[in-house]
Amino acid sequence: MTRDRNRELLALVPVALLLTAGFAAVFAQENAKLGNLSLTYGAYFFALCLATHIYLRIRLPHADPYLFPLMAVLTAFGLVMIYRIDESLARDQANWFVFGLVLFALTIQFLRDYEVLERYRYIIATIGILLLLAPRLPGIGEQVNGAYLGVKIGPISFQPAEFAKIAIVVFLASYLRENREVLIVGARRVLGVTLPPIKHFGPMLVVWGATMLLLVFIRDLGSSLMFFAAFLALLYVATGRFSFVVIGMALFLLGAWFIVSTVPHVHDRVEVWLHPYHDPTESGYQILQSIFAQADGGLFGKGFGQGLISIPGHPNSALLPAAQTDTIYSLIVNELGLFGACGLIATYLLITARGFKVALLANDGFSKLLATGLTAVFAIQAFVIIGGVTRVIPLTGVTLPFVSYGGSSIVANFVLLALLLLVSDRARREAEEGVARAERGEALGALT
Amino acid sequence: MNRQIIKLFGFIVVLFAILIGFTSWWSVFDAKALKEQDANKRPLFEQQQIPRGRILAADGTVIAKSVPKGKGTGKRYVRHYPTGALFGHPIGYSFMEYGQTEFEQYHNVELTGEESEFGTIFDELTGQKQEGEQVVTSLDPKAQEVAMQALEATGYGAVVAIEPSTGAVKVLASNPGYDPNSIPKTLRKLNKAEVSRPLYNRATQGQYPPGSTFKVVTAAAGLESGVITPETAINAPGSITVETKPLQNDFDQDWGEITLDTALTNSVNTWFAQLGQKVGQDELFSMMEKFGFNSKPPIDLPEDELSKSGVYDYESGRMLGRNDPVDLARVAIGQERLLVTPLQDAMVAAAVANHGKLMKPQIWKRVVNVDGSVTKKMKPSVYSEPISGKTAADLTTAMEGVVDEGTGTNAAISGVPVAGKTGTAETPGNEACGGGADENQAWFIGFAPADHPKIAIAASVECTEAFGNDAAAPIFREVAEAILAGE
Repeated sequence: MTRDRNRELLALVPVALLLTAGFAAVFAQENAKLGNLSLTYGAYFFALCLATHIYLRIRLPHADPYLFPLMAVLTAFGLVMIYRIDESLARDQANWFVFGLVLFALTIQFLRDYEVLERYRYIIATIGILLLLAPRLPGIGEQVNGAYLGVKIGPISFQPAEFAKIAIVVFLASYLRENREVLIVGARRVLGVTLPPIKHFGPMLVVWGATMLLLVFIRDLGSSLMFFAAFLALLYVATGRFSFVVIGMALFLLGAWFIVSTVPHVHDRVEVWLHPYHDPTESGYQILQSIFAQADGGLFGKGFGQGLISIPGHPNSALLPAAQTDTIYSLIVNELGLFGACGLIATYLLITARGFKVALLANDGFSKLLATGLTAVFAIQAFVIIGGVTRVIPLTGVTLPFVSYGGSSIVANFVLLALLLLVSDRARREAEEGVARAERGEALGALT
Repeated sequence: MNRQIIKLFGFIVVLFAILIGFTSWWSVFDAKALKEQDANKRPLFEQQQIPRGRILAADGTVIAKSVPKGKGTGKRYVRHYPTGALFGHPIGYSFMEYGQTEFEQYHNVELTGEESEFGTIFDELTGQKQEGEQVVTSLDPKAQEVAMQALEATGYGAVVAIEPSTGAVKVLASNPGYDPNSIPKTLRKLNKAEVSRPLYNRATQGQYPPGSTFKVVTAAAGLESGVITPETAINAPGSITVETKPLQNDFDQDWGEITLDTALTNSVNTWFAQLGQKVGQDELFSMMEKFGFNSKPPIDLPEDELSKSGVYDYESGRMLGRNDPVDLARVAIGQERLLVTPLQDAMVAAAVANHGKLMKPQIWKRVVNVDGSVTKKMKPSVYSEPISGKTAADLTTAMEGVVDEGTGTNAAISGVPVAGKTGTAETPGNEACGGGADENQAWFIGFAPADHPKIAIAASVECTEAFGNDAAAPIFREVAEAILAGE
């Protein structure tokens, strides 16, 4: 309602200030003189956010008021960091941000009745799988660091996995909404373990198999983990059976272990994770430099624009490889310290909390599962890449949502946000109508 | 489903907490160990981004400064040495690719501004950029220049000048020197020069037979132990036999019964050889140790660039102590296997000049931070008290005789009483000198004015056919005059 939207508007002001201050800090560091360019950038950013806000006011007046400002915080954060690495990359990213907002608006415009997605779930699932496999197609596939994550058609290259994750979540939410009852009721206890019914065990095995195939085909442990974890999260929420999760995890670990020991590229990634000092100048270089950059950050960091990403005097050397994508988190720790990093993680946590709130408020199974799935996949993606650069898990090539440089990532995540807001708008509208109806009912009751 | 959603959220909170845990570990708890990892070159690169503090001479002459190169994030500072080769020693150099040496290395903490832990945390909070502090030395550029020119005109060698009352080092020259500005281009070539060894600081690392300058230490041990007084006469024939070999005076001159003054003034070998035997190894070695022998000199230069003075077993390189068999008579006259650095010999002169108190020699004088306020000051401190004021006065009298009428007359300065001692050690077949048969190590140690000493100096010249009085005493005089003129 209007009160919610006012909150959203109010929350956008500090975001724009943050961006302005961030750019100002970077300018001050690089040129030692402060133009009003940072104010201009801040104004542009604020204008874009304002336009989006007005659009939301008209289209989704009841939607959650915090999700958009929180995502804007991340985008602003990302823009400043990327600008600090390379001006031209930041211009690209800003363009992708605008394009993301357009797609965001279009999604809201044309998917107001998002249940239609349920009708096309098998088509969507097929598209999702095809997207994931596209990088292996000859002619358009692109290999980066041994993993197949990119697609290049003409001048445009993108990471299809970013879009696939939404498709897969839509499919799973729809499939589980329909089959959750039978999965619960038909379950039997075998040797003290609750197993899903054989008939429905099949589709689960298919998902597992697909994940394993994914691992073999695109050779990226991170993406596979992200998809399978989202699947398990949804399965758990849909059925309430923790044992399913345990079985799923066991299957995943078993399969992953087998693939790690047979596929050389995946094996190397795990080796580097376990023993980075084995080859500190070659295979272990990226993860070690990522950690060394963090060690330099300390509690408060070195300040925007003051960290080292290349060797001084050698601008093309990579002291922190892939600083704008994979290791952007390490650069954030380096420049903003542990406090800055905690702020970033807290922002992801707040988004996760708001996302699950949307799921809690939703009235139908599909909406609940959709909101849960979208939120979970978003949070797990953040975990996979931050965990990668902090050596919690092997380092892989997924992006840090809204922060990393990359058009696919920012555009796909704006679509994800649009879907969450759509679910939220309906849920809260229905809740408010419910309250209004109840109040009217009471009033009527009082009259009679 | 709501219960599961809340549990799922709890699980994600745990995951994120793990991320914060790991980030804290790398960025704070394990940060120190990570910065010390060999694979981690960041600390090196970062030091380059800090303007390193300047190094100044006592009169404000800039010896070393940092000049910016590049722009923006590629900006770094490179060391520049305006005085060129003049202070190649003892200042050394500091370049990222080639490391640091000498004074630059020893005072790295101040020069990079990593001084206090509190300072850095406070700076982090306020966003203050780390900046190096300026170190002011007691070095005297005019005297250093005189020393370098005199050495260049004479031969390879070194000069050390110390203010006796404070230990402040005013001159520390080593010839041949090198221009630290050229290090990035010439380091490899300089390292290959095995004979001239320009990177080797002869003043602090060079070990040479001290010759008769060591008689000052022997005399100090004799007086201090009570074996002799200034009035004690010892018979000094032209030659005595020690360990089956003759030990002779110059021209085999028979001096008869003489006292310390005459013996030192004329550098009578047989007199001091017998004194050494009378004093005994224990007393002589303990006197040497009090003067600083057998230890690294307490100067503000890196330990691995300092040599110990003492009696060495040439084969093993081991330093011999008071219980090792040595030819004491020849040690007493600065022969045997005794090796001394010019810095150590200057410390002997400085201790006598300062009434028996040996002050720690120090090159730095004060540290000044970016705001211009002094954060640290060199407080003169006593290293040891090898001899009493009385012994010091007796030695001074004898050493004045050396310059007035003895073997060191070339050190005399008109109108200023000078106390000193010459030394000429024969180094035939020395490979560093090309193996010639008549090569000497020429020495002069002394101080001036003898009554109120302002400066104590050791000058040492290698590979010369001249004696101490002809090669080293004039260098002493020129440097002393330069310093006294500046007072």
